[in-house]
Amino acid sequence: MTALPKILFVLMLTCAGLPVASAANAPADDVAVKDLANGLRVIVKPDRRAPVVASMVWYRIGSVDEQGGITGVAHVLEHMMFKGTKAVPAGEFSRLIAAAGGRENAFTSRDYTGYFQTLHKSALPLSFRLEADRMVNLVLSPEEFAKEIKVVMEERRWRTDDRPQSVMYERLLATALTAHPYRNPVIGWMNDLENLTIEDTRRFYEQWYSPNNAIVVVVGDVVPAEVFALAEQHFGLIPSKTLPLRKPQDEPPQLGLKRLTVKVPAEQAQVLMAYRTPRLTKPKEEWEPYALDMLESVLSGNAAARLPQRLVKTDRLAAAAGASYEGVGRGPGFFYLSGTPAQGKTAAEMEQGLRREVQRVIEEGVTQQELERVKAQAIAGQVYQRDSMFFQARQMGWLEAVGLSYRDENLFIEKLQQVTPEQVREVARKYLVDDGLTVAYLDPQPLSTAPARTAPPAGIRHGN
Amino acid sequence: MATEMTMKPMIRTLCAFALLSVAQLAHAILPIEHWRTSTGAKVYFVENRGLPILDVSVDVPAGSAFDTPAQSGLAAMTNGLMRLGAAGMNEDDIARALADVGAQMSNRFDSDRGGLILRTLSDPKRRNQALEVMAGVLSAPAFTESIVEREKSRYVSALKEADLTPDSRANREFYRLAFGKHPYSLRSSGEADTVGKLQSDDLKAFYRKHYAPAQAVVAIMGDVTRKEAEAIAEQLTRALPKSDGQRLVIPEAPSLPAAVTRMVEHPASQSHIMIGAPGIRRDDPDYFTLFVGNYILGGGGFVSRITEEVRQKRGLAYSAYSYFSPLLARGPFVIGMQTRRDQAGQALAVVRSTLREFIDKGPTPEEVVAAKQNIVGGFPMRIDSNRKIHDYLAMIGFYGLPVDYLETFVANIERVTAGDIKAAFARRVDPDRLVTVVVGAGHDQTAAAPAAASR
Repeated sequence: MTALPKILFVLMLTCAGLPVASAANAPADDVAVKDLANGLRVIVKPDRRAPVVASMVWYRIGSVDEQGGITGVAHVLEHMMFKGTKAVPAGEFSRLIAAAGGRENAFTSRDYTGYFQTLHKSALPLSFRLEADRMVNLVLSPEEFAKEIKVVMEERRWRTDDRPQSVMYERLLATALTAHPYRNPVIGWMNDLENLTIEDTRRFYEQWYSPNNAIVVVVGDVVPAEVFALAEQHFGLIPSKTLPLRKPQDEPPQLGLKRLTVKVPAEQAQVLMAYRTPRLTKPKEEWEPYALDMLESVLSGNAAARLPQRLVKTDRLAAAAGASYEGVGRGPGFFYLSGTPAQGKTAAEMEQGLRREVQRVIEEGVTQQELERVKAQAIAGQVYQRDSMFFQARQMGWLEAVGLSYRDENLFIEKLQQVTPEQVREVARKYLVDDGLTVAYLDPQPLSTAPARTAPPAGIRHGN
Repeated sequence: MATEMTMKPMIRTLCAFALLSVAQLAHAILPIEHWRTSTGAKVYFVENRGLPILDVSVDVPAGSAFDTPAQSGLAAMTNGLMRLGAAGMNEDDIARALADVGAQMSNRFDSDRGGLILRTLSDPKRRNQALEVMAGVLSAPAFTESIVEREKSRYVSALKEADLTPDSRANREFYRLAFGKHPYSLRSSGEADTVGKLQSDDLKAFYRKHYAPAQAVVAIMGDVTRKEAEAIAEQLTRALPKSDGQRLVIPEAPSLPAAVTRMVEHPASQSHIMIGAPGIRRDDPDYFTLFVGNYILGGGGFVSRITEEVRQKRGLAYSAYSYFSPLLARGPFVIGMQTRRDQAGQALAVVRSTLREFIDKGPTPEEVVAAKQNIVGGFPMRIDSNRKIHDYLAMIGFYGLPVDYLETFVANIERVTAGDIKAAFARRVDPDRLVTVVVGAGHDQTAAAPAAASR
């Protein structure tokens, strides 16, 4: 029964580690790419297992590009992209895709905004026609904006405000970073949403939505040359724009340990630790990000990995414990450790337990056998990913959108295979240090003492 | 109005898509092979050599509907703990043996089913190692006392956490009120106080009774031959516990005698709302009719009536939906949404009048055409990966659906009419006898009657 709640032991973070690349057949080998004259990049990967296509448009624009006071605008604009053009009125986009048998949605992250449809292959022209239309012709009506901003605020309440772990993660990043815009949540601060205007949204759209800031990705039962011709037909005449200068907004070095406490209604304490680390910028030359990725897997990549094995099973200190490396993106990288103390254990004991495991890696290193195991998992994971057209398209679009190349997928698996136990130990020694660390404790509060919010009961009588 | 105008020419074009996809399906669907193992387990197999992957699952009737109120959570815990020690391997041996070959083994657990799902690379060396572990876990789980104690503590602490969240609270209240004494009222994960009392012997007894081959379903999809699949099915079911021959069944869920509305106090910023009642069985003759009907009502995402009224027109919620969850016995029909607490009353009124209008008048012919276009045109996406096909095999087998279920799916959808939908909803959903749960209200309150606002 899908509606019944599942027990969730893992701390969920909206962050991905390094992408894992494919093994058996190198995945990017049969990929075709073409840059149109207006700067639009089109990437096509044939997959003929079913008469289906995954069609995506990625914009290299996310919450990282927002200025103060308008946090959340990239995501609000994503919602507004479904609210009509002159040729395709509000609601029509979804109706047309649905009538073609398609499924569609969109996503916004710190670094990018993406729109996708999965469709029968014969409906690809419809996807391109609609996407090209809303790339330039969005209407942005005040009436639609007034309703949709309310929807986004509901989304924020649902995603973040009523979820203790989401609140903790949001506040941790806002504390860990001083200058870099990764400190702001993708969904935006509530007060910014309350004061966001349609003009803010329009400005963002006009500045950033253009073919030279976009990537089209198609995976499915298609012939690349035909997709290129179709892209030329629908997107080819859209003029490119001069994009605003992107300021680096580099985060200054952290000057020592930071701590914060998040008091929210909850049952269990939680600990979330974030270490500043490098991110992947030169996939060929660098080795540290790959070693950090392997460290994540050795710590929590399987049920017998170090954190679950030692902290949950042997010491019985944690109800759950995990590690996560966020090393691909336009902003600073982080290596996270998280733990939920077992019944009767405190957050401080949990933190000590996590630190003990870090110390063990630094002092004793990791074994060749542990590395072989997580490398085998990475290779298999790459093969499994080829079972999903959507996932393959997302993987390629993501790499391009954060400034890497879809081709790097092949490189990643090679580089991961080259990581040595000494390198894993080296990155732990270098980066898992207090001076770059921020520690958050979730301090659980009883429901009854939670601050009363709006007074009137959610009555069963008519509201407004 | 402008919307209607532009719709018309498009519909004709899109019918062409739908027809095209059906034509292609005739040869695109791989034939499902079906047989029984020597111990009587049913096997469903599709061979697919496109990727070097094998997906295998074994499911039995061992879901939470086989729990008792006093031992709520026993079925879930039995399923969850099988992999934590079996056939001479401890939990780390099992985890390492799987990870070493890149295999992924997960649990399947819901109100009806308990089982294990394995995904592995298909080369014989890796595949054999993974299958050997899976066979051991299925056939000889240890349920060691110290592991049971440790896991109980973890489960209880997670349950206590869940009990504080508004969505979990709403679910719990909803199932309790909608299903009364029927076992579907029991939360699949159990309750903190009942899980806390479970013993290793309880798990062993539940396992012996339920994980028998007679009602087991093996689903195999991917890169092996029929002969290899036969050997795999034997390997996984040969050593399952001997059944006492008694067939495990779930009693039918009774209809609600009257409407009930329950308001639960909670400080969350949103009210979590669930409305519904016992709905249909998986083998119900109205299944396809209600499937198409519910797409129009609240299952079709952005184009459904509930989303249109609640979100698109009024901005009241991020997600608002309805679904049928058809099970061995009548599973629930549910309408759900979350909205800022001070507008819960308004949202409730909107959703109730949307439902009543739909039941009184049924869908328009245009809506039925659009729904069928989406479902028929979207059928290729239901079976465009090994994983999705594997899920269908397991479902077809467990619920005893015909092996040509996928071949006939499109025709079954095409057959549905607006009149059928109106009649089926009238039979299955009585708007005057629904459970309404609102968590995130100012005060606890239970009312025997539905809100006046729904009229």
